[in-house]
Amino acid sequence: MKRSYYLFSNGELKRRDNSLIIKNTRTSKYIPVEDVNQIYVFGEISFNSKLTNFLFQNNITVHFFNYYGYYSGSFYPRENLLSGDVHLKQAVNHLNFHKRLLIAKEFINSASFNISRNLKYYNRKGITLEFQIKEIDFLRKKINNVNSIEELMGIEGNIRKIYYSTWDFFINQNINFKKREKHPPKNWINSLISFINSLIYTTTLTEIYHTHLDPTISFLHSPSERRYSLSLDISEIFKPIVGDRLIFSLLNKNMITHESFIEEFNHIILKDSAKKIILKEFDERLKQTIKHKKLNKKVSYRRLFRLECYKLEKHVTEDTKYEGFKIWW
Amino acid sequence: MHIYYFNICKRKLWLFSHNLNFEDENINVKIGKIIEEESYSNQKKNYLIDNINIDYIKRNKTIHEIKKSNSFEEANIMQIKYYLYILTKYGLNDIKGILEYPKLYIRKEINLDKNDYIIIEKQIYEIYKIINNKKIPNVIKDNKICKKCAYYEYCYI
Repeated sequence: MKRSYYLFSNGELKRRDNSLIIKNTRTSKYIPVEDVNQIYVFGEISFNSKLTNFLFQNNITVHFFNYYGYYSGSFYPRENLLSGDVHLKQAVNHLNFHKRLLIAKEFINSASFNISRNLKYYNRKGITLEFQIKEIDFLRKKINNVNSIEELMGIEGNIRKIYYSTWDFFINQNINFKKREKHPPKNWINSLISFINSLIYTTTLTEIYHTHLDPTISFLHSPSERRYSLSLDISEIFKPIVGDRLIFSLLNKNMITHESFIEEFNHIILKDSAKKIILKEFDERLKQTIKHKKLNKKVSYRRLFRLECYKLEKHVTEDTKYEGFKIWW
Repeated sequence: MHIYYFNICKRKLWLFSHNLNFEDENINVKIGKIIEEESYSNQKKNYLIDNINIDYIKRNKTIHEIKKSNSFEEANIMQIKYYLYILTKYGLNDIKGILEYPKLYIRKEINLDKNDYIIIEKQIYEIYKIINNKKIPNVIKDNKICKKCAYYEYCYI
């Protein structure tokens, strides 16, 4: 299976014959191009058009992170899978208000199911979260009756508020997590969430690239967010089961602590060493496999992202109705 | 390709003809492609005539089609027959078809008889009907074929 590559060092990424090579003053290392699915660039990398053309040919997406560790953008090769049919139908599903709301509801429905599932896990382990679970389930019931995207976003916001308020109970570090803040995150836990969410976002984006879907036509988020908003939509489903679970495990195993961050010009940023720990754990999580009930075979977590795209594709082409991924184990 | 898919799976035909292709990552497809590229490398390859892509032509007398395996023999034969059918439309009558399985060391001669014209024309008509239909044909649910297909995950998810 193809892999993700994470580049931290500074240097030059080049095409060498029919493969890739990363060079700096001290070392040079080959990267077999057939093995690459996506590349994350955290350091200062220079490259030329010969390389970009080569990346195009091999359908490799590259994600760039700035000095502070924030996601800044992606190199997204020209679409190699184009279907006018899917494209038009995706647009129709966005423009038709009822069709759009139906899909958006399903995103929140499964995302919140997965959130509730996380809390139930800790509740079973003896941390009393029954009240919060009940409240989230009560809010979830309202999803079906909303009449606008704004209303839906409102419910989602309330669910998240309750969800985040419980983190203090089962994370055995003093995280002092009051509320979710972005741009820039003001405490370290927010900074951690932002970083991991950007990993989910980029993974989703790479998987969308390998389907016929247009990443700019979204249903829950509005396409005017200057980003690949479909990626934001699909990410919602995987944030609780991949992202948040990774956060809980990193914190509860003390792999990431307050010490993993430094404060710089009003930013709280992750140290490179901490980023490496997170990426390693994240990568391993995506490689883990589960037995898929419907497909009757083992699939990796990463593959689940792709399958979600397929389901969406099938929905817009009126093949099978979309049902968001809900964790079943 | 349409006639080939028609004889394997109508749903695959529909998806493929609507540009919903999933082959580029499938390992079996990749292996097939390499076999096609690497075998008979001394020959000039890929003659594009009309909408058909003939793997290679020998002495202006035989057209050759290279395949990885004979598990879709019927479809493979129909594909060559369709090629012969197109060539006869251009007035070329003494052409033979050869089906090659380089990895199995098998080659088969394929000829077009009178009956085939009727079958092919009927299939072409059926293909247009399927492609132009708004509804996607159902999954064929054949465990043996589907599991190896590049469309498996898409169809069964």
